[in-house]
Amino acid sequence: MSDDRFVSRVPARPWSPAETSEGRQELIPRSAGSATLEHSVGSVLRLPEGALDSGQIDIERDDETMIINMGPQHPSTHGVLRLMLELEGETVLRTKPVVGYLHTGMEKTAEELTYVQGSTNVTRMDYLSPLHNELVFSLATEALLGVELPARAVWIRMLMCELNRVSSHLMWMATNGMDLGSTSMMIYGFRERELVLEFFEKTTGVRMNHNYIRPGGVAADLPDGWEDDVEIICNTVFERTYEYDELLTGQPIFRERTEAVGNITAETAVALSATGPILRSTGVPWDLRRAMPYLAYDQVEFDVIVGTYGDNFDRYSIRLNEIRESIRIIRQILEKMPLGDYRVQDRKVTPPPRRRIDESMEALIHHFKIFTEGFRVPEGEVYVAVESPRGELGCYLVSDGTAKPYRMHIRGPSFVNLQTLPVLLRGGMIADAVAVISSVDPVMGEVDR
Amino acid sequence: MTLAAGDDSGALTAPRPEGDRVVFASRDDYHATVSDLRASGFEMCADLCAVDYLSHPGRWVPDDIAPERFEVVVNLLSLSMKRRIRVRVQVPESDPSVATLFDLYPGTEAMEREAYDMHGIVFTDHPDLTRILMPEDWEGHPLRKDYGVGRVPVQFKEAPGPR
Repeated sequence: MSDDRFVSRVPARPWSPAETSEGRQELIPRSAGSATLEHSVGSVLRLPEGALDSGQIDIERDDETMIINMGPQHPSTHGVLRLMLELEGETVLRTKPVVGYLHTGMEKTAEELTYVQGSTNVTRMDYLSPLHNELVFSLATEALLGVELPARAVWIRMLMCELNRVSSHLMWMATNGMDLGSTSMMIYGFRERELVLEFFEKTTGVRMNHNYIRPGGVAADLPDGWEDDVEIICNTVFERTYEYDELLTGQPIFRERTEAVGNITAETAVALSATGPILRSTGVPWDLRRAMPYLAYDQVEFDVIVGTYGDNFDRYSIRLNEIRESIRIIRQILEKMPLGDYRVQDRKVTPPPRRRIDESMEALIHHFKIFTEGFRVPEGEVYVAVESPRGELGCYLVSDGTAKPYRMHIRGPSFVNLQTLPVLLRGGMIADAVAVISSVDPVMGEVDR
Repeated sequence: MTLAAGDDSGALTAPRPEGDRVVFASRDDYHATVSDLRASGFEMCADLCAVDYLSHPGRWVPDDIAPERFEVVVNLLSLSMKRRIRVRVQVPESDPSVATLFDLYPGTEAMEREAYDMHGIVFTDHPDLTRILMPEDWEGHPLRKDYGVGRVPVQFKEAPGPR
């Protein structure tokens, strides 16, 4: 990091596991975490989702275990996630995540909307990182259209996406703090996120669901004085990440509740298609920004943060440090932001400028046509993926040559990452379940779509 | 197994991201094809979804592949080679079933359940092929093209709209 005056504040392990009158106060080593059994061997509870009446349950189990239901209405499951847990005492054996309570058929809706309207739809999927959803949809549409964006549009997109990553991770820090009982962290996380959302409001007009990144560029140029706003966000959030260090990272209670809890190995994570901080926490340095650069990520410097043990603490550290890395990227964007158009000057995709509408009938018709009928996209199919704060966010787009997508499929990272939950929870304590769910960072709008 | 590189087939008009290759597999050698790809370094199944080509039957497929109504699209990812490959398999309407990839990639479990839920594709030998997003007693498969989108009656709107 450029700023190393903060680094020495946090000792690696600030307390010693000394002998006490009740024996050694040390938990199991982090490398020997709870997840021991593979997904296929049986961490997943395979039960009908309606069956909780024990008389109907037709699975092999002895009388020592019990099955309890958790959610969907539960303050800590991050939306309407429901879990069926098989418990032996306080130990979780098998788990079944039950999703679909927020299903609104957005992929079906997408087939009824034009490409112009499409980004208003996808932005509502992952409501904590709406700009990434818009980005992946726009990139897929542009790949089918074959348009090349002006440099400024690319860099604006990158700036907004990195700010969105910061706000999403801050939101995660807040809810994770709340799940672990730190209400201060919740207030701090929301406070810092507010800074970013205020800038979003200034730039895009709304705090969430922006419809800012559209096929062909972005909706509007950055507001005057954006450099100062972004600079303030960078400095404030960067300094405060070190306050989080003091509040959480070095705190014994926090570490004991997160270290060696919810372990997963690299092999399991890859087999279960987990991406994002879950995969990186196992030590796999896989970040699409680095591995398969899109936008202009090959022109900025940043580090891919990886963990070692694949436990909750690693996922916490990864997200905390990714905030710092995003700020590092944003500072480079501040220096390198090119001038020019913020959307492609291809009249097929972009409506004519506002002043032309006043003086030209054709321009008015053109404008009207683009917003009523939309533009036609050549036949073809494409899969585009970006690194959202939760992992690989993909968009599979099929066009039949009309102005509406024939099929739009979003590969939501939360949806796939939820499959790791039975592995993460297996063998752990029921009291840690909430913390483990939180460390997966599922956004139910994206899971259910 | 038919390889279709993005550049040299005229029908695939879209410029593709680099390394975005497409493999057309028949239903019989679908599992074997994916198994071979996994052995050759594609460690992760990034995405699996289905497409209903009911109202767009004329899409381009290689000459030796007969287009069917459904298509299951699998996006594989190689972390070591940093490449993607896409497997497309045709699934007929009369018998919409393909082999599951669960034994190769356990991560396809939820994705196959979603494809079953939304398109009615049956993945044989899937450990728990039940609905995942829709309620368990739901009838029909919503993302099929012949599944109506429904209509909310609105006052003073006699003219038939686009929906």
